Formats: sequence, structure tokens, C-alpha cells
Amino acid sequence: MLIDSCGFSPSRSAFVMSSRIIPVVLVLLVGSVLHTAAASPSDHETNHTALTNGTAHQKKAFPVLDLNYEHVHAPFEISLWVLLASLMKLGFHLIPRLNNIVPEKKVPPVMNADVFFLCLLPPIILDAGYFLPIRPFIENIGTILMFAVIGTLWNTFFIGGLLFAVCQINPGYTMDLGLLPCLLFATIISAVDPVAVLAVFEEIHINELLHILVFGESLLNDAVTVVLYHLFEEYAGAGTVTVLDGFLGIICFLVVALGGVLVGAIYGILAAFTSRFTSHMRVIEPLFVFVYSYMAYLSAEMFHLSGIMALIACGAVMKPYVEANISHKSHTTVKYFLKMWSSVSETLIFIFLGVATVDGTHHSWNWIFVTATVILCLIARVIGVIGLTYLMNKVRIVKLTTKDQFIIAYGGLRGAIAFSLGFLLNEEHFPQKKMFLTAIITVVFFTVFVQGMTIKPLVELLAVKKKQEAKRTINEEIHTQFLDHLLTGIEDICGHYGHHHWKDKLNRFNKKYLKRYLIAGTRCEEPQLLSFFHKMEMKHAIEQVEKGGGSNVPSALPSTVSMQNIQPKKPTVEPERMLPKLPKGKEDEIRNILRTNLQKTRLRLHSYNRHTLVADPFEEGISDIILRKRKSLNTHINNYLTVPAAPPDTPVMSRARLASDPQARGAKYNADNVPTFQVDLASPQSPDSVTLLNELKKVEDQGLMMKAPSSKSMEGERDQQKLTRCLSDPGPSADEDEDEPFLK
Amino acid sequence: MGSSKSSLRHIPNAQELIQDTGFSAAHIQRLYERFDLLDRDQMGRLRVPDFEAISHLAMNPIGDRIIAAFFSPGKDTVDFPSFVRILAHFQPTDDNRTRDSSGKEPYNSPNRKLQFAFQLYDQDGDGKISRAELLQVLQEMLGMQVTDELLQSIAERAIQEADLDQDDAISFDEFKKCLEKVDIDQKMRIGFLS
Repeated sequence: MLIDSCGFSPSRSAFVMSSRIIPVVLVLLVGSVLHTAAASPSDHETNHTALTNGTAHQKKAFPVLDLNYEHVHAPFEISLWVLLASLMKLGFHLIPRLNNIVPEKKVPPVMNADVFFLCLLPPIILDAGYFLPIRPFIENIGTILMFAVIGTLWNTFFIGGLLFAVCQINPGYTMDLGLLPCLLFATIISAVDPVAVLAVFEEIHINELLHILVFGESLLNDAVTVVLYHLFEEYAGAGTVTVLDGFLGIICFLVVALGGVLVGAIYGILAAFTSRFTSHMRVIEPLFVFVYSYMAYLSAEMFHLSGIMALIACGAVMKPYVEANISHKSHTTVKYFLKMWSSVSETLIFIFLGVATVDGTHHSWNWIFVTATVILCLIARVIGVIGLTYLMNKVRIVKLTTKDQFIIAYGGLRGAIAFSLGFLLNEEHFPQKKMFLTAIITVVFFTVFVQGMTIKPLVELLAVKKKQEAKRTINEEIHTQFLDHLLTGIEDICGHYGHHHWKDKLNRFNKKYLKRYLIAGTRCEEPQLLSFFHKMEMKHAIEQVEKGGGSNVPSALPSTVSMQNIQPKKPTVEPERMLPKLPKGKEDEIRNILRTNLQKTRLRLHSYNRHTLVADPFEEGISDIILRKRKSLNTHINNYLTVPAAPPDTPVMSRARLASDPQARGAKYNADNVPTFQVDLASPQSPDSVTLLNELKKVEDQGLMMKAPSSKSMEGERDQQKLTRCLSDPGPSADEDEDEPFLK
Repeated sequence: MGSSKSSLRHIPNAQELIQDTGFSAAHIQRLYERFDLLDRDQMGRLRVPDFEAISHLAMNPIGDRIIAAFFSPGKDTVDFPSFVRILAHFQPTDDNRTRDSSGKEPYNSPNRKLQFAFQLYDQDGDGKISRAELLQVLQEMLGMQVTDELLQSIAERAIQEADLDQDDAISFDEFKKCLEKVDIDQKMRIGFLS
């Protein structure tokens, strides 16, 4: 996951790119200097002072330049690490060799388990939970739960038991392990790790089913791990576990899992409810998303419930409602912040892991133990997957093939969670802690590096079905909804309470109760198909504008003109299109109109307010696009004429015109009355072009004024407003007029 | 097995149905029980009011179309074999039965399933989904909350996307093409007693 440049201004990223070597070298230099000094702050200070400047030693009446490192020492180092991690990530993608230049051991960042669990893990899990594809998840929930619960239990007992046997066979001080410590160790190591799975599976673009199976398993096995870990840790001291304890353990598991989900759901609903009222204060919307989720995680951890499940539940529950309420920009912010944080977290985790590996003080190598662990892990996973798949295939609709099973087994990666859990062990109770840590690190490295790196070629080799990249068409959406209704109906006729029946019930419940309270305004009544359609239109319009205001308006406008010369929208076809030529005089007229309008646009000034969000990029981009268009007009006059002055029709122009012309604002932009400009691919000189010319003439004769809105405009406006909310944020100075949608 | 075979005796043409549709005896039995339950006047045939009595179906936006699909054109009653044959479309696809003895495609092949769905759209049976028919479906699904204008544009967009031969309507092949990415077998199946 590369850190996107969104959020960085272009100049800054360019700066980073061009001088990436220098900061890295600088960091290395500073780092090594910091390291050679003792790890005490005062030494840092003196060293740093000596390195940078010697003014601190000079006797001056008033210290013009002073240095106080201790003051900023903690945040400084943290930021340095984050920066280093990010630069390494950049460098890794740009220069593969760079990952060999591992920085020398600096002030060793101790893998503090608290830091890991409280700071580094939540962003990754939240990112995963918020963007979890709900539908495949719920459809496969049975299988996922089986793998997560039964699979992990099987792994634990198999590995634990056999390790104990191995220990018995090879007695010796370091290998003197009771059954319970073995089981505890097995618990730690048998859980599939979401961080590692995410990191590896992101790259291989495997089909959705497999991805969700392995990933879902890695998320849900947290509950099992938490329960078993606490169970064994508690009783490892006591020495025995009775049946009663086992029974309590099962109850505890249910409490942990369901409790975690409940806590998450509550916070999710709260977040959704809060977002309903944020229409006037859009800047803090993303904050609610993050803080509520984090609180959910912390609350769950407080009660020893499964924090990961709470976080997933919170993200999944809150998403549909929050998305409907927050503005487009907030949505983008949330998305990119989550991606950014999770990316940084992931890198930091792996750096810490690497450093911990190299840092010898935590290790105690024991050949037998380590190799036994690695081998047993693999065997346990394979057997577990095969056995469970055999069971599940009896109940599943879509059976899992051998190839699928192989990928699932191979994708069972262990990661940093295992290491942190090991780190948390109390050394007094577990004198073999170091041995455990060594074994855990070995397994983690083995799975992540060996399995992780080879999985991609294996996927290619086995020709496993890949993820389908194509976008969903509106036809698909319509027909799948139709089929859903059909299936529900048939199920009702058969009296069969299946899948569709319950889904339908849930949807009805959702619509009737939840949506009304959790979604602001009229959007709560918008059917899914409609929001899909709007999203699609908007996406398409954004594409059009980004490509330089193509000469084709999406035919969402049912005017009669568009019916005749419909052309499938393919933005890439532009240069090859043969557009009708306009006489040069007309073109000059158009250009004049453009110029005058452009001047008017520039004269508008806003008073600066920190809380006002900057005007929509489309408005700012307009002048650029217009200039670009004029340039293209000049250069390509012979080839084709873009007819952007197809005046008010193009999105670009309408905004400029409306923004500048106060009178036009009175009559709201109504798509119905504006003639669309459609191009007929087949015949450039067709009679249609004449029609178009006539229309242009008509428009210009009217002085570019809008026709009176038709009777249907009222309803049309409601739709416009829906699009409006997507496009821009009204700041406190709620400038409604500026937020005109450029489509329909 | 013995008991179910004996109880099948009062179901007319049971063996033929089993062969034709691929349902097992247990399925046929269960479907017969359901048929019996729905058949309020116990005439051995179902009428439209019998279907409409199913409460959930009344809430279904395309409920009427589904009901109409059970009745062959011109008839206003459904007997048990027809009932079963329609429901046979919703069995999981059985790869082994590609062609049965009479050479006809089995009911639960993906093609037949799609044909069934297509027929639900195409009310006038001309083999194409015209813009008007699509509009009707959209109206039923989206209800009264949407303006005609918006419906028109959605229908417009849908036809544009799907219509490859530019005849302003969606033929069966174009319909199939739209749904090629969707796993029809998984979408259109009901887990009858397995």
C-alpha cells in the first residue's frame, strides 16, 4: 500500500521524490550518531549540539540560537521513525535495492506491546473493517466461523500437544515445559494474523471468495485467541485445567466474541447517529469516525473482550449510514486517512519486528524447539484446512476446490500479533519466554517471507481465479436486484425460509427503523438502486471533467435530441472522433463569450474563514480547463473542433456561466431545457450536425439565458440537491448557489 | 425409501416428474405438501388468489409478475406438474445432467434459468425487453419515490449499456451478456431439502 500523494501538495511530493536519498542518508547519519552516544537524553543533547552547531558553547549575552533536544525528544524520535518508515516504503517501491540498506541499530525502539496493541494495530483493523465487503462476508460467515473457531482450536491443541510430546522426548533444562505452557505457546502461534494476511494478499489480487475466507478467519480468530490466552495464562501457574474451567472457557468465548461485537455495534450506531447532525460542521466529520471506532476498541479491550471484533463491528455497522450522511470530501478524507495510517502502522510493525529480530537480548535459540514449531505449524494448518473444508463442502453451495484449499492453507500467515502476545508474557511464570520469542519470530518470518513471497508465483502457477477488476454496470445492478426479488418471491411460494428471506427481512427492518433515525434528511428514503445510479453518474461526470471536459454529456438527460444520436460513452475515443465543423466566425463568437465569462469569474472573492472549506475543485479547475480548451482550439483547428462552447451544455461552462451571471441563478439550472450536444459517430456530416448548429444558434440568440423551468423542475431539483451534497461542502456561509450540480 | 415411494403414489405422474425435472422423491413429496397447503379449495389446482394469499409475496415489488409466470398463457389454473416444472428452474445446476433422455436442456441449466428471468421482464413475449417494459420493471422496483424523469434516464442508461445491436431493446443474448459476470447458478437457486 503505497502512501498516496493525496493530501500532499504536488510540490511537496516532488521534493520528497527528488531528494529521497538525502533524507535517508541524513537520517542514517543522525541515527548512527545518536546510537554511538549512550541512550541517555543528555548525551543526545550534547552530541546533537556538537554535530549541528557550536553556538551553545559560545558565551553570549543572549543566546540567539539555542538547542533543547530534551524538550522535543519523544515526539521528535517518533516522527523520525514514521518519516523513516515512509521513506523506506517509497524507496522500496522505487529502488528495490534500497531495502538492503537497513539502518543500523539505532536507539533500539523497543517493541512495546502496549504501543503495538494500542497504537499500531487499531488503524489497520479499522481500515480493514470499514472497507470490509459485507456481502461476501455474510454469505460465507459459516465457513469463516468454522475456520476461525474450530480451526484455531485444532491448531492450538495439535501444536501444543505435539510440542509437549517433543519436549518429553528431549528433556533438558531449556525444554522442560509443562503441558500448559506448551498450550499457551501454541495459542499464541496458531492464530492467523490479519496484518500479515492483508499485507500479502493485497499484492496478489486473488478472487474475492478466497480473500474473504482467509481474511475473515484472521479477524474472527481474535476472540478465540483472547480467551485461550487468558485461560492458559491464568492456569499455567496453577498447573491444571479442569473440565469446569473448560466449560467456563466456552462461555467466556461466547461472551468475548458477542460482547465485542455488541460494543462495536453500539459505538457504530452512535457514530451513525452523530453523523446525522454534522451537516453544518463538515470539517470534523472524519474525526467522529475515527474517535468512535477507537473508543470501541479501547472499551472492548478494557473489559477483556475482543477488541478486534469490536472494531470490525463498529466499522461495518457505521459505514452505510455514515456514508449516506457525510459529504463527499469527508468520505475521501476518511478513506485516505485510514489507508495512510494503516500503511504507516504496517511498516512500523515490520520494522519493529525486524529490529527485535536483530536485537539479540531477547533471544535464546533452540534448534529442536524452533524447527518442531515451524513444521508442526505447517502440518497443523494443512490438516486443519483439509478436514474443515471436507466438512464445510457438505453444507456449502459453492464448493471449495483443492486449489482453493491449498491457497487457504498456504495463506495462513502469522504475524506481529503473535510476537506481541509472546512479548507480553510474564518472565517469572514462563522462564522459557525467550525461547518462545525466538520460535515465534522464526515462524513469523518463515510464513511472511517464504510463504508470502512465494504465494504470488504459486497463484499464477495454479491459475487461481483472480479478482475481477471491472466495474459494475447499471444493468448488473438492476438485474441482480430483480433476481433478488424473484428469489425472495419463489422462496415465499415454497414456504422455504432461506437466505433471501432473511436478507429481505433485514433490509425491511433496516429501511423502516434504522435508516429513518440514522440518516439525515431525505436521503433515508432513497432506494439503493437510485444511489447507485447517482454515484455512477457522478463518477462518470468526474471522469469527463478530468479528461478535459469531453464534448459528450452523459445522456442522463432525456431530451429528444439525445435519443437519436446516442453514442456509447467512451472517453478514450476522443481524438478519433470526427466532429462537425463550425464556421470560423461562430468559433470566434464562442471564444469571446468564454473570455468575458472568465473575467467575471475571477472577480469573486471570499472572505477568509478557517472553517470554510475551499471551493470545489471543479470551480477552480474550470479556468484551467477553459484555458486548455482554448489552446486546443488553436492548435487542432484543422483536425476537429471541440465544441466546448457547446455552451451551457458542458459541465464546465455551465458552472462558469452560472457563477458569473447573477441573473441566471434565479432560474435554476434545469437539464430538461438545455439541449444536449450529442455526436453521431457514424456520420460526421450527417443532417444531425445541421440540427446541432441550429440549436447552437437558438441558444446564442437567447443570449445564453435559461429557459423557464418546466413543471418537472421541482422534482428534478430534489435530485440535483442529492448530487449537490456529493459534490461539495457548503461551508458555514452555506452558499447554495455555488453548489449547483453540473449534471442534471 | 419405501414409505416415501408409497406416498408418492397419490401424486400424479410422480416418476415422470422426477425424471423430467431432476428433483428427488423427497423434494417432490415436500413440494406436493406445499402445493396442497396453498390449494385452498382442494381442487388439485392453484389459482391466482391462492398465490396472493401468501402474505410475503404481496409485499414483493414484482410479486405479480412472479405469480403470472406460473400460469401458462391462456390458462388460469396451475396444476402440480406445472408448479414443479417452474420450481425446477431453481435447483442447483447439476453438471452431470447436461442432456436428459429426450435431448432437452434440463430445467436448472444456467441458460434455462436466465430464460425464465428474461420471460419475467418480457411480458409481451416478443423476445426483447423494450424500453417500456424496462421502465415498468423499474417503476415496480423503485416504487413511488422516484420521478418519471429519473426512471427514464435509468432505463435509458441501461439500454444504452446493454444494447449492442442498436435496436433500442435488450434481446436475450444481450441480457445474457450483461449478466455474464454474475454467477447465475448461485443467484438463482433455492436450497430445497438436500
